[in-house]
Amino acid sequence: MTTVTPSPRAKLRPADRIFSGATVIAGSIILAALAAVAIFLLAQSVPALVVDPAELKGSPSSFWEYVAPLAFGTVWSAFLALLMALPISLGIALFISHYAPRRVAQTLGYIIDLLAAVPSVVFGLWGIKILAPAIVPLYTWLVDNAGWFPLFSPPVSGTGRTILTVAIVLAVMIIPIITAICREVFLQTPVLHEEAALALGATRWEMIQMAVLPFGRPGIISAAMLGLGRALGETMVVAMVLSPAVLITFVLTGSQNSPTIAGNIALNFPEAYGVNVNALIATGLILFIITLIINSVARFVINRRKAFSGAN
Amino acid sequence: MNFKRLGTIGAIAIAGSIVLSSCAANEAPAEPTASLSGTLVGAGSSAQGSAQEAWIAAFQTANPDVNITYDPTGSGAGRETFIGGGSDFAGSDSALKQEEIDGGFAACVPGTGYIQVPDYISPIAVIFNVDGVDKLNLDAATLAKIFKGDITSWDDPAIAALNAGTTFPSAAITAVHRSDDSGTTKNFADYLFQNAPDVWTEKPADPFPYATGEAAQGTSGVVGAVTNGTNTIGYADASKAGALGTAAIKVGDTFVNYTAEAAAAVVADSPAGATAGATDLSISINRTTTDPTHYPLVLVSYLIACNEYVKADVAPLVAAYLGYVTSADGQAEAAASAGAAPMSAALSDKIAAIISAIK
Repeated sequence: MTTVTPSPRAKLRPADRIFSGATVIAGSIILAALAAVAIFLLAQSVPALVVDPAELKGSPSSFWEYVAPLAFGTVWSAFLALLMALPISLGIALFISHYAPRRVAQTLGYIIDLLAAVPSVVFGLWGIKILAPAIVPLYTWLVDNAGWFPLFSPPVSGTGRTILTVAIVLAVMIIPIITAICREVFLQTPVLHEEAALALGATRWEMIQMAVLPFGRPGIISAAMLGLGRALGETMVVAMVLSPAVLITFVLTGSQNSPTIAGNIALNFPEAYGVNVNALIATGLILFIITLIINSVARFVINRRKAFSGAN
Repeated sequence: MNFKRLGTIGAIAIAGSIVLSSCAANEAPAEPTASLSGTLVGAGSSAQGSAQEAWIAAFQTANPDVNITYDPTGSGAGRETFIGGGSDFAGSDSALKQEEIDGGFAACVPGTGYIQVPDYISPIAVIFNVDGVDKLNLDAATLAKIFKGDITSWDDPAIAALNAGTTFPSAAITAVHRSDDSGTTKNFADYLFQNAPDVWTEKPADPFPYATGEAAQGTSGVVGAVTNGTNTIGYADASKAGALGTAAIKVGDTFVNYTAEAAAAVVADSPAGATAGATDLSISINRTTTDPTHYPLVLVSYLIACNEYVKADVAPLVAAYLGYVTSADGQAEAAASAGAAPMSAALSDKIAAIISAIK
């Protein structure tokens, strides 16, 4: 009689094969989609990159001169939005995860999620109909009293449709995204760490400083990057609210603001033809690259910080 | 963008239902032509967009077997599509350029030429919203300086000199222009370029040429910015000006407020354009007119089609549809639904003769 030696590997059942196959397919679909977008952008951009720049809108001296104000406006508005949204989001997330009574926390979390479901065109209408007219007195006051400061140099916008207004609307739009992720991350903090901190005599704020924030740091960065990505690519709000001009300016309260790439495509695509269509798509490629760089930097920061986060 | 598309679809649906319901009770707006059927494809000027929707709705009600589409992709794209044979007719805010004509048209029988006739005349109003001011007179040079950023305050002596008896606030002017490319901007700039060439030195084009003032998206965006802002001024299709004040512009020695009649009058009295011929009624608008019955700040949009079609079956459709659009009925429809200025009867008759020869 011979004894059958059992195989050291577990027997693969059909369900295992199907499931692992499905995950591989799902994983490759996202890569294929991204590659398809990248190829489309590259192929369509080439004519605009090689054409005589005088044929582009505004007859710039080079394609880079054409795209520079757009790239600047995109990054500047998204940065301002993140600057306003991140502290507020962290506050909301910590309140929900560590301060609020459970029932309040649940309701608040639900309301925040609801905010994420509002379409951007509605935010745009709110920005242009309510926020912009309402904020004009503040801008006028800022320019009158702090006009020496480069960010508020005169003249002031008469309609409030400035890059700061856009950034405020964008901040409202990205708060739910950042809050939702931070909240989930803060809730994952090992209870042992928190209780240890409290047992050593830390106040709740000190406990959050010692245990929650270091643990959540990679998550906070990821959340901020997701929010930033949303702000970088936001189209409708910028197209509706911003008063654009072709220039690079840091001024927050003026009539002339640097346009953003996505907003510029939305405004000019309907009437563009010939090589100007390619030029607009080429600006889309630049946006793609900007997003890629920012995400890579974020990924790098997260990886570098992982060892100290307490997650290991 | 989705919003805009949805809005367009919604507008078509509403326009369609209004026309359908009104036609049940009243006579059909377009002459029902015996047994027309088939599909007609047009593309081009977005300025004509809402008028085209109204025309199509009315025409299809009278001719239920005809299916017409008009894609408001913009004038340049519309001309390009027609030249390449992708559409049966085009709408364009600027007349064909000589090199476009020389290149030929794919949909037309070679050597038979093309048709270019005006079909949509829209006065452009200078709208303003200034505290305590309800009447405003401006000449071209002052208007150009305001939009170029040379005049920055409402109490500037140049404005006061044109408006005796009105007290202006000592407030900064917010001049609002279009942030998207637009035939309205081009016509507005053309008026300033021809009347005040030493101030407005940039050649007229679809984008706004100077990096001054505020920019807003579309006609509704400009009207919204002027309405919601304070001490603002802008330019927009006159039909969309709503309750805002509109400035009278200086023609000769008098100040003329826009009216549909004055807009149609300047078009009727304007000289023929550079490419004009037997079937090309393009005009070069007389922006520097001194006749006080004229309002020279107008946008004229054209229909471009073939004299003789390669696809013979679309010819009767084009003739019938274009005939309706340029008829008194069609012009009245555009006036009611899009605020256009109906063209003069003499021009309409001239166009009818050209269009009836389409084969």
